[in-house]
Amino acid sequence: MPQVTVTVNGQAHTVEVEARTLLVEMLREQLRLTGTHVGCDTSQCGACVVHVNGESVKACTLLAVQAEGAQVTTIEGLAAADGTLHPMQEAFREYHALQCGFCTPGMVMSAIDLVQKNPQGLTEHEIREGLDGNICRCTGYHNIVKAISAAAEVMHGQRAELAPAG
Amino acid sequence: MYDFAYHKPTSVADAVKILSEDPDAKPISGGMTLLPALKHRLNRPTSLVDLGGIAELKGVKREGDAIVVGAMTTHYAVATDPLLKQSIPALARMASTVGDTQVRNRGTLGGSLANNDPAADYPAAAVALGATFITNSRRISAEDFFQGMFTTALEPGELLVAVSFPIPEKAGYAKLRNPASRYSMAGVFIAKTAGGVRVGVNGAGPGVFRQTEMETALSANWSATALDGVRQSPDSLNSDIHGSAEYRANLVEVMAKRALADAG
Ligand SMILES: Cc1cc2nc3c(=O)[nH]c(=O)nc-3n(C[C@H](O)[C@H](O)[C@H](O)COP(=O)(O)OP(=O)(O)OC[C@H]3O[C@@H](n4cnc5c(N)ncnc54)[C@H](O)[C@@H]3O)c2cc1C
Ligand code: FES
Ligand code: FES
Repeated sequence: MPQVTVTVNGQAHTVEVEARTLLVEMLREQLRLTGTHVGCDTSQCGACVVHVNGESVKACTLLAVQAEGAQVTTIEGLAAADGTLHPMQEAFREYHALQCGFCTPGMVMSAIDLVQKNPQGLTEHEIREGLDGNICRCTGYHNIVKAISAAAEVMHGQRAELAPAG
Repeated sequence: MYDFAYHKPTSVADAVKILSEDPDAKPISGGMTLLPALKHRLNRPTSLVDLGGIAELKGVKREGDAIVVGAMTTHYAVATDPLLKQSIPALARMASTVGDTQVRNRGTLGGSLANNDPAADYPAAAVALGATFITNSRRISAEDFFQGMFTTALEPGELLVAVSFPIPEKAGYAKLRNPASRYSMAGVFIAKTAGGVRVGVNGAGPGVFRQTEMETALSANWSATALDGVRQSPDSLNSDIHGSAEYRANLVEVMAKRALADAG
């Protein structure tokens, strides 16, 4: 059986997989990192988004073997060791950007990639366009967009702390 | 998904060798089309040859009056490449509308063109810009490369290595995205080149095609009103649950005007 060596959330793992094992299956079933969800399994919904070498990808449409040697970050890897949430996680909480929470891990991972790739800042419209690959069936997106906007200010160092939700 | 063997060669020569030794092996680039197809068990390759480890397939460079884009260059890289944004900005803008961010981070120019989905974006650009397809063994013109729905001139085991896009004087693109799949319902790429105006249409028909009436009108008179009287016939366009042939014909006319405005 093929072996994959990947660094997941800073920790190196060597895992035996089948060639057809999807990255999301390896993360959930072998590494027991079940924060990454599978909504559609057809590359549409974005519930499975993780970062591979810093870029957001759909882990249901990537073979584990294709991630050989990569740095993978999942939702479990965002908070600091002492439990302090990443600004994006904190913003989702503060702005009530989730209801059932199923889409949230993927939303947060996509949102972080979006903010990091746009240091010049993002308009509301650009945030909505940037979330094209993530579907939420609960919130109607408004609070997600507000949360991302607020987190971006913290991530870009324009504010030390999150602007409180109104 | 059925299981398969997995190879990750580091050169085009090695990839071609593996593919030539096994007729049921298949290349995988971004996997954005191939993996969903394998999940549906639509085909059953004995092995996948991952092109992700081949450095010579990546990147964008200028060669004379053309921009040469490696087959493994992702849609995101095409959309953000400084050289492309400066010399063929319509191509970069087009790439920024393919699928969604995560599809653009993995999906590649070569995978999209080799797949030749009738609703994919790149084929219209390749036809309008008069691109040349560079494989491991030959060079193929855009007209000869696309051979109808999901069919190209690539022989089994032949790899697309790069695509050379001559720099146009002006170019523009517009499409109506299917709101669910994000693929093109109808998209029009217009290029004003040294050899005349060329218009490529995707999404509307069973494969990419050139709209010659529009080409004639724009070659005679490159102006905002040049397309006013030019009609697209619905004959041989697609009719499906997303839209009738008549609706798509109308979309082609509308998108052509928007593409012309985009070209400036
Ligand atoms: C949700 C979603 C939305 C999408 N929306 C759009 C859209 O709006 N517009 C659009 O154009 N596309 C869209 N796509 C498709 C996307 O652009 C794919 O990236 C593309 O069609 C295939 O590229 P790939 O690199 O992923 O190829 P793969 O899936 O890896 O391969 C596709 C095919 O090409 C072959 N192949 C790959 N590379 C080569 C090569 N170098 N030489 C020879 N053969 C090769 C493979 O064997 C396979 O048969 C979408 C996909 C998804 C999942
Ligand atoms: S589970 Fe991967 S995109 Fe829906
Ligand atoms: S919070 Fe329920 S799907 Fe988004």
